[in-house]
Amino acid sequence: MSNEAAIHTDVHTHDSHGHHDDHAHHEHKQHFITKYIFSQDHKIISRQFLITGIFWAIVGGLMSVFFRLQLGFPEQTFKVLTMFLGDWAHGGKMDPEMYYGLITIHGTVLVFFVLTGGLSGTFANFLIPLQIGARDMASPFLNMLSYWFFAIAGVIMFSSLFITTGPASGGWTTYPPLSALKEASMGSGLGMDLWLVSMALFVVSSLLGGLNYIVTILNMRTKGMSMTRLPLTIWALLFTAILGVLSFPVLLSAAVLLLFDRHAGTSFYLSEIYVAGKALPNVGGSPILYQHLFWFLGHPEVYIIMLPAMGMASEILATNSRKPIFGYFAMILSLIGITLLAFLVWAHHMFVTGMSPFLGGVFVLLTLLIAIPSAVKVFNWLTTIWKGNIRFTVGMCFALGFVSLFISGGLTGLFLGNSALDIHLHDTYFVVAHFHIVMGISAFFGMFAGIYHWFPKMYGRFMNNTMGYIHFFITFVGSYVIFWPMHYEGVAGMPRRYYDFSNWESFKQFGELNQMISIAAIIVFIAQLFFVFNYFVSIWKGKKVTDPNPWQSNTLEWTTPIKPGHGNWDGEIPEVHRWAYDYKDDGNGGDFIPQHIPLKEGEESH
Amino acid sequence: MSGLMLVFLVVLIFVVLYQVARSSEMVAQIQGEQQFDKKRNKILGFSMLILMIAFFVGIVWCHEYMLPLMGPEAASNHGVQYDFMFKVTLWVTGIVFVLTQVLLFWFCFKYQRNGDKAPVFFAHSNKLELIWTTVPAIAMAVLVAIGLKAWFTMTGEAPKGAMQIEIVGKQFNWISRYPGPDGELGKKYFLNINDKDNLLGQDWKDKRNMDDIIIPNGELRLVKDVPVELIIGSRDVIHDVGLSHFRMKMDAVPGITTRIWFTPTITTAEMKMKTGNENFVYELSCDQMCGKGHYSMRAIVVVETQAEHDKWLKEQKSYYVQNHPEEFPAEAPIVAPVDSSKKITMNK
Ligand code: HEM
Ligand SMILES: [Cu+2]
Ligand SMILES: [Cu+2]
Repeated sequence: MSNEAAIHTDVHTHDSHGHHDDHAHHEHKQHFITKYIFSQDHKIISRQFLITGIFWAIVGGLMSVFFRLQLGFPEQTFKVLTMFLGDWAHGGKMDPEMYYGLITIHGTVLVFFVLTGGLSGTFANFLIPLQIGARDMASPFLNMLSYWFFAIAGVIMFSSLFITTGPASGGWTTYPPLSALKEASMGSGLGMDLWLVSMALFVVSSLLGGLNYIVTILNMRTKGMSMTRLPLTIWALLFTAILGVLSFPVLLSAAVLLLFDRHAGTSFYLSEIYVAGKALPNVGGSPILYQHLFWFLGHPEVYIIMLPAMGMASEILATNSRKPIFGYFAMILSLIGITLLAFLVWAHHMFVTGMSPFLGGVFVLLTLLIAIPSAVKVFNWLTTIWKGNIRFTVGMCFALGFVSLFISGGLTGLFLGNSALDIHLHDTYFVVAHFHIVMGISAFFGMFAGIYHWFPKMYGRFMNNTMGYIHFFITFVGSYVIFWPMHYEGVAGMPRRYYDFSNWESFKQFGELNQMISIAAIIVFIAQLFFVFNYFVSIWKGKKVTDPNPWQSNTLEWTTPIKPGHGNWDGEIPEVHRWAYDYKDDGNGGDFIPQHIPLKEGEESH
Repeated sequence: MSGLMLVFLVVLIFVVLYQVARSSEMVAQIQGEQQFDKKRNKILGFSMLILMIAFFVGIVWCHEYMLPLMGPEAASNHGVQYDFMFKVTLWVTGIVFVLTQVLLFWFCFKYQRNGDKAPVFFAHSNKLELIWTTVPAIAMAVLVAIGLKAWFTMTGEAPKGAMQIEIVGKQFNWISRYPGPDGELGKKYFLNINDKDNLLGQDWKDKRNMDDIIIPNGELRLVKDVPVELIIGSRDVIHDVGLSHFRMKMDAVPGITTRIWFTPTITTAEMKMKTGNENFVYELSCDQMCGKGHYSMRAIVVVETQAEHDKWLKEQKSYYVQNHPEEFPAEAPIVAPVDSSKKITMNK
């Protein structure tokens, strides 16, 4: 199916190309349902992913508020807990079972539904066709399926919150035997099955999406758009998709084997277990096998989350510094390095499982290697803004915040990656601090940067700036206030996934601190609602975009009409003549030259 | 009801703020794009500088607050090595941290757009890129070298003569087993487990089991300056032996035996003096999510002198004897019939 033919262009075509008129003709008949619900337009699908992601972010965030109440105020009771959790919080005090259920679902939905589905789903869908100059994805239909698998996975995960035995509660990593044996925990009953089925569907969604992104990027670039002229967002999204396609199937197999162990009497992960007063017949399996399979996805997964944020930050930093991205090729090489290494470091999550010390040593080496491409990226970003003309749009603020957070969180990786230090730090709050800063918050910052930056393209309106700045400052300061002190708790050995510390002589001195953290977490949560409010109100009430290229950016998406229809460009797709980062004197007093402008005589292409 | 009011209030605040924010943007529009851009960049560039100062002041302040709350010095040989390595890594990362964060925020302030400065076209420089690939590479090589050296000592074979203690996790407590006078732990198998009289599933055909001592609350009794090897197991799900004061940790995995060893260097009594805390105890925490009681899986670790240890050991009855008192007329010595050549592991 050719790209052109697959598409119905929007009505307000102003050109005289004959064939467009036919398309415009049946555009009128497009029903609300095909246009907004079962849409095959990548731009609509992207907004579906984003809004679903926002829903999940609110759910996941609210859960964190609830368990932070428990952690900060273990002695107090809260009516609001009973209101939301019912019998799981009798008299306003949360049950440990529910505490563990909440942290599990919080982790799962934020990692997978928000920062993978929500982030990649939104921006890969939105930006790939627009920035490479294509009318839509290679297969708009699979793209639509990808969203609907994601949505169904979400419905199943959500329903697991309402069953009597509660949701899965073994942590987002769901290690067996805990997750395999319903005798071992309430959450390992039906809740765990729903978790596994939901994740399996999520993997399908992610594969359909990922294959589509890869094929689209490789095959559907417009004339002149060679790989080396692609904006870094696209490079990052390409490697994100490759990581996902190669590693998600392994998670699927881990989940399937776990389902077998749970229901078919197999012993992949089980051996010599005595639980709930009886010995189980299973022998010969290994729970460690699951961890290998899980982290073979799990580590690439953290980069699946990170790379899109990196790509968007690169783009936004360059645009708003009015300078080319520094070291374009080094950026691509470091993306390649990260992608390769991401597959070779998974066992750094398993240093204390009793693995062979030699193997551990190999993983230390490979893990610390990954710091090198990460460092290159940071230095390149810094050089990009150096001597720039920085324009502090809200998107830019978030991109700058992203760099700060990525540095802070990346550096603590060097402690954890060094196995001798990880022996002590593993499964303490140090790890919690590390991954929330480097992945949780900084990927969120990349995502916010992207939303504020591309909102005008998505809706033809701006988000409110002033509210954006307030959102930025509260979130930036608040995130550090929440997670910085956790490093100290971790160094003191305070274990993660504890419901209450008050009986521990070694950890109870942090009570006051935990209170402070909880209060900060609530404030930051409210600031996010602020963002949500701004987002939805601005869709209808935001300031209208009048300039098709409001950020004076070079990339192709800004050559489309302010509100592009299905098909993106009214006329021909523009041809590309230069790379995406010609932020330089255009000879007429401007400081940028978009990609579709032909080279001037005597001008050298990059 | 009050909850509803609260929600209502929050929404109201949002609406008001949104309106205020919108009108401030109207003003901006009246001022004109250029003027507005300049003013905004000035304010935000300056805010970034303030943000940086607040950031560093906050870090120092946090550090001062936290220091007195941190645990005492490391209480094992490995712990000392750990503390050294931690410091080195902290210095390396600390320098990079301060350098990059300062540059980031300083550039924000310094290079804000304020007018029509000619843009600088600086797209790449092989020299710079080479520098910041090799410098981190060298730093990493150093960290890896220090790290692996420590890792291989920590995970290496326990020294000859190390005391052996078994520690087994179950939902939700620890069980410890001492080898008794023969210095050896007997065999066990999970099918033999029952909570009434065979907590660990010892195989009573193995005579080495007869004198093994079991402490059902998992208490670990270690001797100062005597290396100890912990033999770690689990009855049900994965647990983790977390010994934060000794900077040691190892998973307890059902079906698999794992081990760690270390040498405690400070007795509990000495640590009470050092910390000035009468209630100080070494604690063993479960560090791997194991179910609803995970947070309460605690055992006490006592580090004592050899004399104290011997005295304590003498007072213990073997688990078998405790459960089969009828087979042992009072006062008879409870020594399993083993040859005297392997009496105590310590002089093996
Ligand atoms: C310099 C690069 C990095 C290194 C050397 C590094 C190293 C590590 C290590 C060794 C662990 C395991 C800690 C433990 O459980 O004991 C870990 C945990 C983690 N890291 Fe990183 N990391 C780096 C960057 C990142 C990035 C960029 C992300 C995300 C985008 C990330 C996300 C995570 C997550 C989510 C976990 C915790 C998973 C869990 O146990 O729940 N890390 N990191
Ligand atoms: Cu990892
Ligand atoms: Cu546990």
